[in-house]
Amino acid sequence: MSLNVFLQHCLTGISLGGAYALIAIGYTMVYGILRLINFAHGEIFMIAGYFMIFATANLGWAVGIPLTLVATVALGVVVEKLAYKPLREAPRMSIMISAIGVSYLLQNLTTYLFTALPKPYPEIPFLKQIYNIGGLSASLVTFITPILTILLVILLVYIINHTKVGMAMRAVSKDFETSRLMGIKINKVISTTFVIGSLLAAVGSILYFTDRMSVTPFSGTLPGLKCFVAAVIGGIGSVPGAVVGGFIIGICETMMIAFGYSTFSDAFTFVLLIIMLLFRPTGIFGEKQIDKV
Amino acid sequence: MRKRILALGLSAVLAISMLAGCGGNGGGSKADSNVIKIGVFEPQTGENGGGGLQEVDGIRYANKQKNTVKIGDKEYKIELVEVDNKSDKTEAVTAAQKLVDEKVIGVLGSYGSGVSIAAGEIFSKAKIPAIGCSCTNPQVTEGNDYYFRVCFLDPFQGTVMANYAKEVGCTKAAILTQKGDDYSVGLGTFFKNAFEKLGCEVVANEQYETGAQDFKATLTNIKSKNPDVIFAPSSIATAPLIIKQARELGITAKIMAGDTWENGEIIKNAGKDAEGVCLSTFFDEDGVDADGKSFIEGFKAYLKENKKDEVIPAVSALGYDAYNALVAAIEKAGSTDPSKVQEALKSVSVKGVTGDISFDNNGDAKKDMAFIKTVEGGAFKFLKTQKAQ
Repeated sequence: MSLNVFLQHCLTGISLGGAYALIAIGYTMVYGILRLINFAHGEIFMIAGYFMIFATANLGWAVGIPLTLVATVALGVVVEKLAYKPLREAPRMSIMISAIGVSYLLQNLTTYLFTALPKPYPEIPFLKQIYNIGGLSASLVTFITPILTILLVILLVYIINHTKVGMAMRAVSKDFETSRLMGIKINKVISTTFVIGSLLAAVGSILYFTDRMSVTPFSGTLPGLKCFVAAVIGGIGSVPGAVVGGFIIGICETMMIAFGYSTFSDAFTFVLLIIMLLFRPTGIFGEKQIDKV
Repeated sequence: MRKRILALGLSAVLAISMLAGCGGNGGGSKADSNVIKIGVFEPQTGENGGGGLQEVDGIRYANKQKNTVKIGDKEYKIELVEVDNKSDKTEAVTAAQKLVDEKVIGVLGSYGSGVSIAAGEIFSKAKIPAIGCSCTNPQVTEGNDYYFRVCFLDPFQGTVMANYAKEVGCTKAAILTQKGDDYSVGLGTFFKNAFEKLGCEVVANEQYETGAQDFKATLTNIKSKNPDVIFAPSSIATAPLIIKQARELGITAKIMAGDTWENGEIIKNAGKDAEGVCLSTFFDEDGVDADGKSFIEGFKAYLKENKKDEVIPAVSALGYDAYNALVAAIEKAGSTDPSKVQEALKSVSVKGVTGDISFDNNGDAKKDMAFIKTVEGGAFKFLKTQKAQ
């Protein structure tokens, strides 16, 4: 493999990893606060793709992008209010099953509304500009994805560590009941979590689909699953962990294909998950679970 | 309390919808001796949901045109029983079993060879004849007396495309197929064999996972081998991804594929990158006689009525032909006994819009012609017909 080809693979892997990282944050934040694996997150990512298609078709991409972000956030919050909030006192398993239900509902609803035929994703001209650097050839979005991901994560970590709402989030994730007793409005904190998670999923969706150009109702399934794995590998509940996990999965997957094992690339992702769960169940950045008395 | 009322309400809704479901089915199975049922075994959701639905369109239209059949002196009404095999081999078995339980006397479908192979045994055990519309893998009919088909086969299609690739001056090919998909892998292998027999070279043979959306790594590998042509038989959902990403990486090789790619959605999705893509298919609007013309007119009106694009997909035409072949066999058998219909299918001969249809010993249509098309100016353009050697 020549250096050029290798660098092209690295670029692909890092860019894919960036998009995965943005989605993985949604899983990890919701888990940190609600102890819920939000299986519908991949579908929210997919529907953000459809929002973008319809918004851009009617209003152009300059209006389409903010509209997509707002609509996706609204969808995320509505899902939380309808499917998770009524189950807040229920056992954790019920709420997880509710999440799986939402996932299937959204998938089949989009199939019903838009058929399973792929829909073309709108082209954002400046993002699709193809650049050649040395022997590397890629569109601007491929270069931008990892950079934007890192910037958003820095911003998010700042919010969590240095603002009031961030402090409330940390408190809720440490102890649900006690923080409620301390006067923290739980519902507001949870809504904020879903707002941030969905917003990042929408940004991830725009970057991911601009690079891949078509959306089907099943576009969210596999990325969703892989990003969940990324969140677990990084240590579910930890934001930097999810980002590192996302990059690891993206780069490993690309390299597996690069070295001719394309048949095993997905298998490898899940083997990585099993190994991680066997030897370090809390993930790379996960905290040790301390039994509360 | 409020929650309990809500729960009660919801379960009531569920119960009613279930009753309604039973009612719908019950109406048909009521000993109404003037109705016969034909099963439509197609994917309406899942990876191949889009293409499957187009095949169903052809069958529905055919049923609309001719919804009665005379057996002896008695006029029977034909009712379609549609099931969704969800493009999934496991779901396919359940869906097929449902058709058997519904006591259909014949089955049409499916789009996608994998699901047809999976369900084949169920149909043959129940002694119900099935006619595949666009499933091109040899294994669908092999060793199964009850499976027939109206389209050509992959060994033929692979050979045709290999010959065509050589004709246009390609000597180095890369093959890209979907792991575990009988259609994609089968067609890729037949292309490879034929291409190598012609003295050309296959420089890369890559596979990807079902549902994959990122082909850049695979395509980067292919690019480094510098092929003249990329042969990538795949589903409609995958095709635009491969085409766009290949062009983005600066790959200039020709891109070719099989019958699944003849679908307007691919051009819509891939835009100008789709220009120059070549494929083989079953049907061309310009290559038909007077009967075919009336089908084209009628079907276009039907598509318009249902608010769909007025371009006739080849699979719809095959669905139409398969329906008519089955009805002709029922007429010929003069009986509603499925095994007699199967006997009749062996010797039936129909003039279809995709060519004359009669079946060989294996149950395959005797077809020896494929249409080669290319994308030009944002539409499929007929290039030539290619016969088998």
